[in-house]
Amino acid sequence: MEAVSASKLPDHVIDIEGLALSFDQDGKRTHVLRGLDLKIAPGEFVAVVGASGVGKSTLLRVLMGLAPQSEGKVVVTPDPAAERPMALVFQDSRLLPWRRVIANVSFGLEKTRLPAVARRERAMQALGLVGLSDLADRWPWQLSGGQRQRVALARALAVRPSILLMDEPFSALDVATREGLQDELLRVWRQTGKTIVFVTHDIEEAVYLADRIVALGGKPGEVRSVRVIDVARPRRRGALALQDIAAKEKADITADAAAPVEDYVI
Amino acid sequence: MTKRSFAYRLLPLLGLVAFLLVWEAMPRLGLASRVLLPAPSDLPDAFMRELANGMWLKSVGLSLSHYTLGLLVGLGAGIGLGVLTGMSNVAEGLFAWVSRVLRPIPGLAWVPFAIIWFGVSQSGAVFIIAIGVFWIVYFATHGAIRGVDRDYIELAKAFGFTGPLERLFKVLLPAATPGILVGARTALGQAWMAVVAAELFGVTGLGSRMMQASSLLATDIVVVYMLTMAALYGLMDTFFMAAQGRLLRWKP
Ligand SMILES: Nc1ncnc2c1ncn2[C@@H]1O[C@H](COP(=O)(O)OP(=O)(O)OP(=O)(O)O)[C@@H](O)[C@H]1O
Ligand SMILES: [Mg+2]
Repeated sequence: MEAVSASKLPDHVIDIEGLALSFDQDGKRTHVLRGLDLKIAPGEFVAVVGASGVGKSTLLRVLMGLAPQSEGKVVVTPDPAAERPMALVFQDSRLLPWRRVIANVSFGLEKTRLPAVARRERAMQALGLVGLSDLADRWPWQLSGGQRQRVALARALAVRPSILLMDEPFSALDVATREGLQDELLRVWRQTGKTIVFVTHDIEEAVYLADRIVALGGKPGEVRSVRVIDVARPRRRGALALQDIAAKEKADITADAAAPVEDYVI
Repeated sequence: MTKRSFAYRLLPLLGLVAFLLVWEAMPRLGLASRVLLPAPSDLPDAFMRELANGMWLKSVGLSLSHYTLGLLVGLGAGIGLGVLTGMSNVAEGLFAWVSRVLRPIPGLAWVPFAIIWFGVSQSGAVFIIAIGVFWIVYFATHGAIRGVDRDYIELAKAFGFTGPLERLFKVLLPAATPGILVGARTALGQAWMAVVAAELFGVTGLGSRMMQASSLLATDIVVVYMLTMAALYGLMDTFFMAAQGRLLRWKP
């Protein structure tokens, strides 16, 4: 990772070229990603879509430095002025069962030098953003699945990362809550200028939120298409322009899924 | 509903009373001689005698200090080494065969060494007790640490807790606490058994007082100390469960 002065941000916060990743299991090698290229500009909101098992979560893991091994170039250059380079909202909410909701949210803050009172304040603020201030003193098992997802989102927001990686964060929510949180996320994004990588299966959601949609496909997974969503913000949910883009994206995905899969041999 | 649950609450007491009645009946009906099996009704008298000559307080006090020290040393060493071998493959590998060699040796077999190393002393007794406690707690801790969900470790890493100490205190220890406590509770009972073994070779305490009494065929006094131990254990286990309930109050 190169050091970059705060005044001059790099062209790309995320620069991936030729990323390949495979797992060895029982002497058999499974290729998950191959030849994946992706560049993301500072402050960009990128949605990542693709079939189950294509490697979306794996891609986020690589970005976080959590993947054990990978080949290719992965350069992440977060804003050095940000408190933390990156935060990940896991696909499973992954709350720590021995911590109350508020302590789960302030988990990442314990890495900082903030005093306990300030940590609690910051965590309460993040909980407020996701609309769960009332549940601060509950244990994780006392929450619904959707509430857990929102606590996990608050935990990632609380550390104020430069890059926010989100793995299907709203998948377990009802429509009203989901739309509320989408708008909340857009507001935070606009105010803080974070870079957001947002994995979702919901094309309408991707089209409403993102600047670009990156579709992964194939086995091993690679970038199949990149679609710029050139619709001015604030956007109107279900606007014709958005519906149009969503229809095209879906058609592409269907066509891609129908295409014969070439066998990949090392 | 409440009436029913109240009746259920009385069941343990009922069982205890029945047990005492059967016990009392055995010597009274001549099924066993009073020397071989003292009746419960003989015990208060024996207890008062031991109390009056000061033996009871002295033995119990000494044994409690052996017990507490042995338990603490065993817990500390067991948790410490269990965490180490749980976190480090190198440590686990190094200790794998050492533990297989030492594990099956019963506490009593260490008595000669306790005498050679520590003399007939408090430290010798503490040593014997600590060994018994150590293995139970060691295996419980090792297993609990190894069993921690890898997802939690990944989460800690994702939030910047990458060092081994951060990993230990942020996720491994809290996640392993239920497993470690199971070991600690077993050790609580095991340590009392070890107290008797540890005091067999002459260190003053409840165990040596029992041996004296039994060599004089004062079986009522032996039973008094058996029950003393049971009462102390019961008390500690109750406290332990209360503390555990607090430590694990995050569990549904
Ligand atoms: N630790 C691992 N060992 C072996 N294979 C793995 C491992 N982790 C992931 N995989 C495989 O890698 C592939 C991609 O997994 P990944 O979780 O990235 O998929 P995904 O695109 O996020 O899918 P979903 O939409 O269902 O969440 C899957 O086929 C999975 O079985
Ligand atoms: Mg996934």
